[in-house]
Amino acid sequence: MLSADRWRRDDQGRSPDQPIAFIEKQRGAMRIVAVDETALTLGLAPGMMLADARARVPDLLTIAHDAAADAALLDWLAEDCDRFTPMVATDVPDGLLLDITGCAHLWGDEQNLVSAVAARLVHLGLTIRLALAETPDKARALARHGGELIRVGRKLPPEAFNEDRSGYSPALPVAALDLPEEQATALRRAGLYSIDDLARRPRRPLAARFGMAMIAKLARVLGEEDVRIVPRRLPPHLFFVRRFAEPVAHTEMVLGSIRDLASEAAIALGERGQGGRGFTVSLFRSDGDTRRLTIETGRPTRDPALLDRLFRERIDSLSDELDPGFGYDAIRFDVAFVEELGSSQPGLDGGERGNGDVDALTDRLGVRLGHARVRRFASGNSHVPECASFTVPTNTPALPMPWPSPEPGEPPLRPIRLFDPPQRVEVIAEVPDGPPRRFRWRRQMHDVIAHEGPERIASEWWKRRDMTGLTRDYYRVEDARGRRFWLFRHGLYGGEKPNPDWYVHGTFG
Amino acid sequence: MTDSTIPLARLRRDIERLAVPIAAAAPGVFTLGETTIDARLGGGLALSGMHEATHDSEGDFSAACAFALMLAVRAAGDGKQILIVSTDPRDRQEGQLYGPGLVELGLDPDRIVSVHAPDELAALRAAADIVSVFGVGAVLIDAGEAKKLDLTASRRLLLASERSGVTAIVLRSGQSRFASAASTRWSVAAAPSIPLAANAPGETCLRLALLRHRGGVAPFETLLEWNRDRQSFNQPGFAAPPLLRDFPADAERGQMAA
Repeated sequence: MLSADRWRRDDQGRSPDQPIAFIEKQRGAMRIVAVDETALTLGLAPGMMLADARARVPDLLTIAHDAAADAALLDWLAEDCDRFTPMVATDVPDGLLLDITGCAHLWGDEQNLVSAVAARLVHLGLTIRLALAETPDKARALARHGGELIRVGRKLPPEAFNEDRSGYSPALPVAALDLPEEQATALRRAGLYSIDDLARRPRRPLAARFGMAMIAKLARVLGEEDVRIVPRRLPPHLFFVRRFAEPVAHTEMVLGSIRDLASEAAIALGERGQGGRGFTVSLFRSDGDTRRLTIETGRPTRDPALLDRLFRERIDSLSDELDPGFGYDAIRFDVAFVEELGSSQPGLDGGERGNGDVDALTDRLGVRLGHARVRRFASGNSHVPECASFTVPTNTPALPMPWPSPEPGEPPLRPIRLFDPPQRVEVIAEVPDGPPRRFRWRRQMHDVIAHEGPERIASEWWKRRDMTGLTRDYYRVEDARGRRFWLFRHGLYGGEKPNPDWYVHGTFG
Repeated sequence: MTDSTIPLARLRRDIERLAVPIAAAAPGVFTLGETTIDARLGGGLALSGMHEATHDSEGDFSAACAFALMLAVRAAGDGKQILIVSTDPRDRQEGQLYGPGLVELGLDPDRIVSVHAPDELAALRAAADIVSVFGVGAVLIDAGEAKKLDLTASRRLLLASERSGVTAIVLRSGQSRFASAASTRWSVAAAPSIPLAANAPGETCLRLALLRHRGGVAPFETLLEWNRDRQSFNQPGFAAPPLLRDFPADAERGQMAA
């Protein structure tokens, strides 16, 4: 009913009792892909030809099927269901699987949690089937093939979610196994209509006839085998939730709650001797929108004041401001990654504090400008100039690669600024394979009065498939005004290239 | 360079650094390392201050950048981190700072954090934040044309620096003639170095002009050489030839066309 619910949500005020069918062109014919509840009661079902359906139900309202919009709605719902548990998976095209292991106590018990889920989704205008079972596949089968429709205006039967842990619903059809059409037909011909029939049979002959996949599926639906769901996002290491009786819309109050949650997290992390490096705050709006704010820190931390500052920075730097709408009714604080962090004691002379301040500063700048914009240098351990040094974001682990140390008494042999890519220059040299005499760079002529070179740097030919690559001859040159450049000739004259190009690769101080 | 020469070179450098008596700087200032200039500046430059390195011609940007880095090394002292704030257009135009080149200047790249702001306003905001953090050694702001770095913005930087003691060094084009609250302003140009054997370019040599000083030191001009091993300035061995006249670009173009 997802398509119909979406259509009704988007476009309210139409007559609700007219049967709706969503159609798509399949194999040259218009076929029904989804129907609403009214159409279902009139005997229409997905897979029918539109012409047949029209013959049965003349006043059928047909709408083009929009799979992308349905998927978007499902994703949006999955985001919203994050408020119940961090383990949410989508069951395309129209299902959600929630793993509530360890979450039920937050609502008192499982029954309350399921009622809360139902109330939430029905409130969002959806028609749902709901089931609770000990394994995901069993719950899925129960919901899809045995569940009762729950929708707005229909009272929830109190026993709807009373789960019978010992057995399984005997009425489940074999269709719950999601078998290929011919296998399902074969089962029906053999007189096996329900899961119950199958469960009573010895498995070995069934496996011989229908394959191991079917047996495995049967075991899962019966709850004998437990395969956990793959959640949409990695479950956080730790999470802390705050729910509000009244939705809050005030940013300061939201920030206050984040600070409280950060303090809770700090205590929990402190007990474990851990610190977090990634934190996510999920803001659940009462109308179903979910907003996520993520920060990462360069080193593990559990300092609530620092986290509070970083989240403030994050909110300040949002290009689209937080829109609370009618307010947030829940906030969750996740600690995404943790690392070991012993309890710290500030040095007596405050010596430790200095570096900590700089780390906090780089984290703050990283949160505001994006971590890719706050970088430090790393040695590349390569003889190719542009590979000898690179920069990495400060929040990545350090690479212990030493820098080459210069010979005392030598002038600088490498430029302080490097052009990437090198800039082409026109060069006049006395002899084609000799040092440059004068060159034109940025529309200025430079007369070379001192030079050193060539420093011959071969290409990394061993990395190339054809084992070639042009050798570069580097010259350190100084012009008449004292400006120093790093020029190179790309290719050996005559040998590698008839007329090699010149480039300026960098400038010295 | 073979393996054994590297530790040897390091030892030599350490010995040289130990052998030279470091003139004790007065509290609150950092010296350039060249005694006559330091005396002229009244002991050195203010640690809690904002110093501007400007360049009049585009071709001298690299020299100004080197001077700013040298000041940052002198100001930051041992081990403290240096933050460099630049903007994307500057990085595109003037190339990126190059790690091995910084090593050759005597600055350990591991001490540097470079912050790349999308525009000048973001760069100034980041710089203002950095200047007010105690643990930072020095901050270098590559502001380019510095259209947004007006009197108010520069005063904000200066005040933050005076509170925290973090030296702010601003690298800006000399063409931008905005009023500024800088403690000192320098004009930097490249100067011909003393050639080594076989006419190889020698140590980095800079022509420095003190344009203004808040403490009232009279403007002066000097030539200084950077000594990488001691991480300090010193007098070049002899007076460099007078600066050649800067030809206007269009006159030169005419010459080329002829």
